[in-house]
Amino acid sequence: MEIFKIILLVLLVVCAISVSFSKNLLNSILIYMSYSLIMSMIWILLESPDLAVTEAAVGAGVTSVLFFVTLKKIHGLAHNPEEESSDESN
Amino acid sequence: MSRIRKQSEYEKTFAFRFFRWLGGEKDAFVGNMEMQPQKEYVEEEATIEERMKDRKQVIAEAYDDSHNMELRFFNVLYKIFSIVFCVALVFVLILTVSHLPAVGDPDRPTSNIVSETYITDGLKDTGAVNIVTGMILSYRAFDTFGETNVLFIATCCVMILLMIDEDEIKKNKESNDRGFEPKNDVILQVVARFLVPVIFLFGIYIILNGHISPGGGFSGGAMIGAGLILYVAAFGFEKTEKFFNEHVYKVVKVTALLCYGCIVTYYFLTGANGLECLIPLGEAGKILSGGITLPINIFVGSEVACTMYAFYALFRRGGL
Repeated sequence: MEIFKIILLVLLVVCAISVSFSKNLLNSILIYMSYSLIMSMIWILLESPDLAVTEAAVGAGVTSVLFFVTLKKIHGLAHNPEEESSDESN
Repeated sequence: MSRIRKQSEYEKTFAFRFFRWLGGEKDAFVGNMEMQPQKEYVEEEATIEERMKDRKQVIAEAYDDSHNMELRFFNVLYKIFSIVFCVALVFVLILTVSHLPAVGDPDRPTSNIVSETYITDGLKDTGAVNIVTGMILSYRAFDTFGETNVLFIATCCVMILLMIDEDEIKKNKESNDRGFEPKNDVILQVVARFLVPVIFLFGIYIILNGHISPGGGFSGGAMIGAGLILYVAAFGFEKTEKFFNEHVYKVVKVTALLCYGCIVTYYFLTGANGLECLIPLGEAGKILSGGITLPINIFVGSEVACTMYAFYALFRRGGL
């Protein structure tokens, strides 16, 4: 169990650092999502399942979805040049 | 309209102007203030070119560290100092954490009479087996009421910023709602059909058992909100509007907040004046127990669920 805890904590630090070093915004959000999931597992290990449920629902679910919607609004999700050019013509 | 005074006399009074303003019949600024439609900002090509030239020149002069020794020295110094500052900050924070008293230490300053009272008298006073929920929702109910108000105000602010008119939503429905993603994604719909009921049930279970098992209004409400978002993402706003539209949202949200305020006010008034509270504590461990904890859990849960869904809907298409 101790090893599992240490692995989780190391993964948490790795996720936190790689969010800020990732160039692609979409990747950043996905890593942030995994950060929240790891955090919710740590909450369970710390014997607070209520916080774990909240973290999984709010951190990994709602916040990331809001980030995705915002990215779509500012056209940060469009990859192929066809869609970008059609956006500019509108 | 006044029955005592004449119409012409009544129009001069303050009450007439106030009720006219309240009813929105007359805009106070029309006629008293000069109004012009906003001009579209058009930049000429020459000014754009000049601006680009200026910018390039500034960049070339300010960041030319191959000729400017002073600048190069400053850049190196800046990097060194930023690294030193970060390391020092981390060092200080870790030092502080290492000097904190250990978790569960009986001599730590936080284990005083307050937490002791909560632990020993919590079940007797609140009737909630889960001490955390009992503490948050009865000893500190006023605090939680403030937090629920924060959620309400946050949605109001997002509405002010992102709400669009009804007609605009109808006009831009397709482009706003489903910009790039494939319409009626089958995988998402099948998964949502199985998952959404389970998520709703689990959320309701957490809310209703908030005073018995870990959880409570906020966790359960967040789960129900997430389930609603999944449903909307899979089936679109048209199907969701059949059971959760702006009217339902307004009614649920305001009713929850009002009922919460009334219950807490009643509970505190009776408690402070030594009167008998009419809300029974019930038998510990049963669903219908916990005094005010259970109804407040339900109200907080519906408030949070509404907030989560409203955030998503407002971000997605600018309306509920």
